[in-house]
Amino acid sequence: MNHEEPFTNRNVSESSTYYYVDIETYPVSGWDKFKQVFRRAIRGELFVGLWVVMREMIKFDIHTLQYPLEKLPIGPRYRAVHKLLRLWESGYERCIGCGLCEKICISDCIRMDTRIDENSRKEVTEYSINLGRCIFCGYCAEVCPELAIVHGGRYENASEQRAHFVIKDDMLTPLDLLKAGEQAEYPGFGAIIPGSDASVKKTPLAY
Amino acid sequence: MDVAFIIETIAKIVVILLVFSALAGLGTYFERKVLAFMQRRLGPMHVGPFGLLQVAADGIKLFTKEDIIPQNVVKPIFKIAPVITAATAFMASAAIPFWPQFTAFGYTVHPIVADINVGILYVLGVMAIGLYGPLLGGMASANKWSLISAARSAAVFISYEVITGLSLLAPLMMVGSLSLVDINNYQVGGITHWIVWSQPVAFVLFWIAAFAETGRTPFHLVANDHEIIDGFGTEYSGMRWGLFFIGEYANMFFISFVIAIIFLGGFGDGTIAGAFQLLLKVAFFFFFFLWTRAAWPDVRPDQLMWLCWKVLMPIAVLNIVVTGIVMMF
Repeated sequence: MNHEEPFTNRNVSESSTYYYVDIETYPVSGWDKFKQVFRRAIRGELFVGLWVVMREMIKFDIHTLQYPLEKLPIGPRYRAVHKLLRLWESGYERCIGCGLCEKICISDCIRMDTRIDENSRKEVTEYSINLGRCIFCGYCAEVCPELAIVHGGRYENASEQRAHFVIKDDMLTPLDLLKAGEQAEYPGFGAIIPGSDASVKKTPLAY
Repeated sequence: MDVAFIIETIAKIVVILLVFSALAGLGTYFERKVLAFMQRRLGPMHVGPFGLLQVAADGIKLFTKEDIIPQNVVKPIFKIAPVITAATAFMASAAIPFWPQFTAFGYTVHPIVADINVGILYVLGVMAIGLYGPLLGGMASANKWSLISAARSAAVFISYEVITGLSLLAPLMMVGSLSLVDINNYQVGGITHWIVWSQPVAFVLFWIAAFAETGRTPFHLVANDHEIIDGFGTEYSGMRWGLFFIGEYANMFFISFVIAIIFLGGFGDGTIAGAFQLLLKVAFFFFFFLWTRAAWPDVRPDQLMWLCWKVLMPIAVLNIVVTGIVMMF
């Protein structure tokens, strides 16, 4: 890794772009104060302020976002409430119950329970994230070998119960949505490279 | 005094009370909208079309809120203080001609409650009594912020009474009457006859003092949110607080009328066009109150006192002397 520092001289005070602003000496005598007030009154600074706000009012360049009706787009790498994804072809859960996310979680908020099912596949019976402790660091999504747990874009997590977001059924993509092609692949933090669909196979893997 | 006169007067009083209470509410709406547009925001948008019913929502909220009387306040004074502010604001309007006289259904209406011959003196005097609202409310509140606000309001209002009085003296010397109707009729000849051309200094001084009298932004230190919370209104809740608000906004409208009538020709010759011109002038002065709030910073109390006693008052006195000399020769 040959990372080059963009600033060779990081001591900004030595560079010539910074300069001291002229500050007038404070008026001492009453006459000086009067002269200062008179100068400022004559210079019309008050009218500059009036003009600026009037100009903005006439331009009517409103920057308000009427939030519940309009929303800003969020970046693909935004880390909001987690999602559990399914395999595209078979619809099985991607999670293989390896427990890496549980292990790496630095706020210790992921709990999972697994069992060996009748086909000798490891099945995840319980999966929950305590969102009261989760710091949305994204380590679980990064460590997941199957891209099973990802961060979704659902940042509006107000609810009557904190647990409403974090039961496995809430996070897992519903089957009907998967069939409708609604499950979005996760492009952020630890995502697979494009065109790697072929390597995401139904568990257990062929090898 | 006949019955018709009493009925007419009562009707006028009711109309003024209703119109200006509603205008005070609408004034808050316009203030929020204008400030929002100047700061590139939208302001109230959700209640009614363009947020117009926000006024009604606020009114319902104020009326239905619990009226809290805190424990250590001086109860009778605490309760009466907001009434003083609102009542004096409306009482001051009695001598203001809001509209030229007109004839409706063969009956001549004078849109002024009482055309007394000391009109402007009465208006300024009653507005000055409005000082007791913030003063008593702040002192009775058992709250340090309110107390600071009470002290400031007493200092500011009393100081700026001097400026309003002295600055008005020069135009009044020219007119020779204290009645606002007479002052209006003195300028009846059109825009060149306006007193603002012969008394520009008095106009500016009175305008500056109007900001202090109504406690608007450059001189908003009576209830400066970022220093002393809401000042004298800190401990108030519900409609008692709302009365302070109505008083403040009604005062803004009335002082706008007074400026427009004394200096800018009022309603002129009394035609419909002149009447609407008066409303336009008042609207401009009201808008200017909002405009400065968006543009200008607040001054410190000591700066305000300094400005009053060392700058504005000498100028006002000089103005009177010069006016007197010019009138003498």
